[in-house]
Amino acid sequence: MNFFTRKKSATSAKERLQLVLVHDRTDLTPAQLESLKDDLLKAISNYIEIDPDAVQIGLERDGRSQRLVADIPLRSASRHRAG
Amino acid sequence: MTAQVITVTSGKGGVGKTTAVANLANALAMDGKKVVCIDGDIGLRNLDVVMGLENRIVYDIVDVIEGRCKLKQAMIRDKHYPEMYLIPAAQTRDKNAVSPSDMVRICNDLRVDSDFVIIDSPAGIERGFRNAIAAADRVLVVTNPEVSAVRDADRVVGILEAEEKGTPHLIINRLNQALVRNNDMLSAEDVLDLLGIQLIGIVPEDESVIIGSNRGAPVVTDGKSRAGLAFRNIAKRLQGLDVPFMDLDQQSGLWGAIQRLTGRK
Repeated sequence: MNFFTRKKSATSAKERLQLVLVHDRTDLTPAQLESLKDDLLKAISNYIEIDPDAVQIGLERDGRSQRLVADIPLRSASRHRAG
Repeated sequence: MTAQVITVTSGKGGVGKTTAVANLANALAMDGKKVVCIDGDIGLRNLDVVMGLENRIVYDIVDVIEGRCKLKQAMIRDKHYPEMYLIPAAQTRDKNAVSPSDMVRICNDLRVDSDFVIIDSPAGIERGFRNAIAAADRVLVVTNPEVSAVRDADRVVGILEAEEKGTPHLIINRLNQALVRNNDMLSAEDVLDLLGIQLIGIVPEDESVIIGSNRGAPVVTDGKSRAGLAFRNIAKRLQGLDVPFMDLDQQSGLWGAIQRLTGRK
C-alpha cells in the first residue's frame, strides 16, 4: 500500500473495532465462527442442495444487538433434474 | 432530598474518570447542589489530590465500614464549596475491604441529605468496579476516541446490561477535533455508532485540564476552558436540563478570534 492510496487511520480504527466488538460481544472467535458455518452448511445439505461457494454467513450489528445473518442460495431442483 | 447516585466508570484506565468526577462534582456544586464524591479505587486513591483535598484526610471509607468512625467524620468538606464533600478511598488496603452491600448501605445513608452522590470507579471489571456500580442509579461510561478505550468501554456496557443496571450514558473525553477533521481520530459519531449507547457529553482535549489537576482546582472553575464548559454542560444534563452539544469546530483563544474575523470559521 503506498502513501497515496493508504486509508486514513480513523477509517481503519473503525473497521477493526467493528469486527473486534462483534466477536467480543458474542464471545465467538473467528475460528469458532468458521466451524459454525461448516456445521450449518453440512446440516442444510442433508435436506437441500446448496451452492457452497455462494454462501454468505456473518455476524452483523444492530445497535447493541448482534445477529447471525445467512444468505444461502439453493441450487435449482428443476435444473438439476433436467441435467 | 433523595440523591441521585451516579457511578463513573470506563473499563480502561487513564481515560479521565477521576478528572470527570472532580469536574462534574465541582460543576454541580457551582449550580448550588449538595454533592458527595466517593473514591472507589481502594489502594490507588487519587480523587483527593485531583480535588486538592489530600491534606485534609483523617478517615477513609474503610474506616467507616469497619466502624472506626462515623460516616460524617469521613466526609471531607471542599475548600471552596461548603456543600461538596469527598469520602476518600483507603490507601493501604485492598478492594476486598469493601463489599457491594457496604456501598449500597453508605449510599443509602448519603441519599437522605444530598442531591448527588458521585462514585469514581477503579479501572477494570473486577471487585472494585462491582462495588462502584452496586448502588448506582445511573452509570456514566468515559472513553477516549481510541481503539483500546472504545473496546474496553464496550465490555463494560455489556456487563452493565447483563447486570440490569440499564443502559449507561457515554462521555467521550479528550476529543481532538483537528485530528478528527483530518480523519486521523475516531469521530464522536463513529464512537457512538460502535458502542450503540446514548451520549451525555463530548469533552475536547484541552491543556488546561492538566493545569487544573496540578493545582487541585478542576478545570470547570476556569471560565475560559473549553473542556470546563463541556463538563459544566454535562452537569446541567445530569440535572435534567436540555443543553445543546457545543460546536467542536469553534476554536478558542486568539487564533479562533482571527479565524472568525477573517471568516475562515
